[in-house]
Amino acid sequence: MHRIKVTINGKEYEQEVEPRLLLVHFIREKARLTGTHVGCDTGNCGACTILFNGKLIKSCLTLAVQANHAQITTIEGLAANGLHPVQDAFLEKFGLQCGYCTPGMILNACYLLQSNPQPSEAEIREALEGNLCMCTGYQHIIDAIRYAAERMKQSGTVQL
Amino acid sequence: MPPAKYTGRKVLRKEDPRLLTGKGQFVDDMHLPNTAHMALLRSPHAHAIIRTLDASRARALDGVLEILTGPEIRDKLNMLPSAAALPDLRIPDHYVLAVNRVRYSGEPVAAVVAETPYIARDALDLIDVDYVPLPVVLDPEKALEKDSPVIYEEWKSNLAGTMQLVSGDIEAAFRKADRVVKGRLLNQRVIPVAMEPRAVQASYQPGEKMLTVWSTTQIPHTLRSEIARLLKIADNRIRVLALDVGGAFGSKLNVYPEEGLVPYLAMRLERPVKWVETRRENMLATIHGRDQINYVELALTNDGRILGLRVRVIVDVGAYLQMLTALIPTLTAIMSPGCYKMLAFSFEMKEVFTNKMATDAYRGAGRPEATFLVERAMDLAAAELKMDPAEIRRRNFIKPASFPYTTRTGLIYDSGNYDKALKKALDLAGYTQLRRKQAQLRKQGKIMGIGLATYVEICAMGPARAFAAGGGWESAAVRVEPSGKVTVLSGASPHGQGEETTFAQITADELSVPFDDVAVIHGDTQAVPHGIGTFGSRTTAVGGTAVYMSAQKVKKKMTELAAHLLEINPKNVVWRDGKIVAKTNPKKFTTFQEVVRAAYSAKNLPPGMEPGLDATSYFSPQNFTFPFGTHICVVEIDPETGEVAIVKYVAVDDCGRVINPMMVEGQVHGGIAQGIGQALYEEAVYNEDGQLLTGELMDYVVPKADQLPTYILDRTETPTTVNPLGVKGVGEAGTIGSTPAVVSAVVDALAPYGVRNLDMPLKPEKIWRILRAKTSHRGTGTQR
Repeated sequence: MHRIKVTINGKEYEQEVEPRLLLVHFIREKARLTGTHVGCDTGNCGACTILFNGKLIKSCLTLAVQANHAQITTIEGLAANGLHPVQDAFLEKFGLQCGYCTPGMILNACYLLQSNPQPSEAEIREALEGNLCMCTGYQHIIDAIRYAAERMKQSGTVQL
Repeated sequence: MPPAKYTGRKVLRKEDPRLLTGKGQFVDDMHLPNTAHMALLRSPHAHAIIRTLDASRARALDGVLEILTGPEIRDKLNMLPSAAALPDLRIPDHYVLAVNRVRYSGEPVAAVVAETPYIARDALDLIDVDYVPLPVVLDPEKALEKDSPVIYEEWKSNLAGTMQLVSGDIEAAFRKADRVVKGRLLNQRVIPVAMEPRAVQASYQPGEKMLTVWSTTQIPHTLRSEIARLLKIADNRIRVLALDVGGAFGSKLNVYPEEGLVPYLAMRLERPVKWVETRRENMLATIHGRDQINYVELALTNDGRILGLRVRVIVDVGAYLQMLTALIPTLTAIMSPGCYKMLAFSFEMKEVFTNKMATDAYRGAGRPEATFLVERAMDLAAAELKMDPAEIRRRNFIKPASFPYTTRTGLIYDSGNYDKALKKALDLAGYTQLRRKQAQLRKQGKIMGIGLATYVEICAMGPARAFAAGGGWESAAVRVEPSGKVTVLSGASPHGQGEETTFAQITADELSVPFDDVAVIHGDTQAVPHGIGTFGSRTTAVGGTAVYMSAQKVKKKMTELAAHLLEINPKNVVWRDGKIVAKTNPKKFTTFQEVVRAAYSAKNLPPGMEPGLDATSYFSPQNFTFPFGTHICVVEIDPETGEVAIVKYVAVDDCGRVINPMMVEGQVHGGIAQGIGQALYEEAVYNEDGQLLTGELMDYVVPKADQLPTYILDRTETPTTVNPLGVKGVGEAGTIGSTPAVVSAVVDALAPYGVRNLDMPLKPEKIWRILRAKTSHRGTGTQR
């Protein structure tokens, strides 16, 4: 067992964990933040996408022990109250249906817009390559990300 | 239909704020104290005898609580259900855990329960099973040959069941034909891949004798009845919940072994038990879809009129029959004539057992296969007669004045205007210009193709008489609470579609209350009186109508009560701006809130009126609905790689009245994407030993954002009289229209190479080989 200290959404979690425990299970079972989902075992679907020290990662491909001293943002930590502009854009443009892939999609979109505030449609499609959605056919997700980019440009908000 | 403040408009979804913030309640999100975790040992063999199974090493592992095997529990749990959809259907014994023999790779053999999911999985590795492999049956056509090994010795063949449907003089139609086109069309096995894998959790309170089961299901009430039957306990001691469900596409319209095992174990251990499927398990042992071989023959006149359609179908149903496995291909039978008039039709089907996972309902469920076979046949006919594919369809359409139209298969198409949708799609796509552009591009050596498909589908499942076991209705209750807020309880079980929103739109309009005042509850058998579930594009058309009926009943009661309070005849009151007003004297009115108060205080009710404000309705439709449309796809093919790029996609769908256009658009988008997935990328591949090679998302290719086009959508709106809302259903249309449109486009692109037909998926390699060969590639058209 290893003792690890992880900061998730600004809150510190200190726990004894097995070395084999996946980070996604730490987030879901130990921190009880169930917005991060598991859709596969191979890093393909992207439902478990989180921000890890500011980078986009798949938490099913990371061990909890690797997150010792890391700063993590999950979907629950995106907005303290109400909705982050990207969440709001997904609401407005109906960028989701069943909602299972949505947390990963939104974190991916946030990361994209941070590094590329005005992405083209092709750039958005490429950025979403690692996040699967079986409900929407992606079009409303792309509309939502473009809408978020537009709104954030107007309001000057680009921070996560 | 209610006046439309909300209905017919883009209204943002009630579901979304929770789903956007990670506050959804999917089954795996439930954390009950003291939960134990189940894992399943699955067969590594496609076909084998289990000689011995020794779990002693696993039992000794610290943290292991229980291990079950097939022989131990075969008498404790009943078998999994299967609809007797064909008169001669052979329904195999289907235990929740295999008894002495396994018949597909991934079949559950033993269940382990442990303190953590990690320990449960460790224990699986310590179970020693001695298998004796048996010959494997994989090709459904070879499976019917005399010398094929058989999966069920007692039946002496692998034939599961048959169906014949003949209407009109089919022999005469073919005798009279100027031309006959033939094709062997493969509708490959695909895997539904809902983003949320399946999961089941159960908890038992021995004092109350109450079993609570959370499951990723589309059919909570049916599942409750089935758990009662499986576990041999009373249904009124079971509560099934399906709160947020992460997509299903038919794959959760079933009863699976885990839905028996987890509740059984929760009762046995008197502890909550949870099981969460891995993606690998999902690919192996949650139902697959399609898997039909269709031999199609179309008898035609020289001017392109259809005389007869003859279809012979071999269906690979897999090793066991899941709930609707045998039924799904019967939908192919009744929908094969499509949008077209014909003098005669014949359909002959064989369902065949193989050593694979069972097929069952996957988005469209039998109709995509029907549309694919008839649309591909129309393309073959157009090529044969050198006619434009739009023109040959137009010549054979059932005309608008012919509705309601009785088809060759005995269905009554409710309403339609196929030519209108076709014309709209052709205009939207710029079809004439596209053909011109194609001619130019071909001169430049570019490979570009235009494909189209017209479809009619069967939705709003459905009239009770259409199903062997009846059912087909949906229920809903509407209750105005003492606060004036409104609660809607629906027996439908949406899992991403968003009927919390559409049902609230319908109710808010009917009762003239704010949309935000309406809460919709579904997926809880304890809260909702009864229900059937969400599948077959039925939820709004059937479930929404039940909501509408209940809202009408409540409104009627409120009108009567208002009239009583105003001391006038109910005929003389109108609802206006939140008030209930005397027609003749606008100053004489009562309010919604006053009527609600009067209903609950019960101090001043009209004679015979009961207190309270709620109503329950069951809507049992008298017919299906038949949405239709035209999809047009334009592709360009990279001559170096054979990769297909969809450069334009146009869909004109007619799903009757639309409650929320934003959500209808979303349904069509997602449906098209899945249809494109089947046309270009997806295929469940088993190797010669019956091992699923496409067992992860690494190997099974579902379309990604950068592989899909922007969809250009439009609608026509032909209401139906099958339900008072005029709604037809839209959940599956996209999947049905898109697959043949995409294949048609690719085949059209490759026509200069002599291609008339290609089997899906149209992967780059397949196309690259054709381009490389350069020689005339013979498809499976007339030249066969």
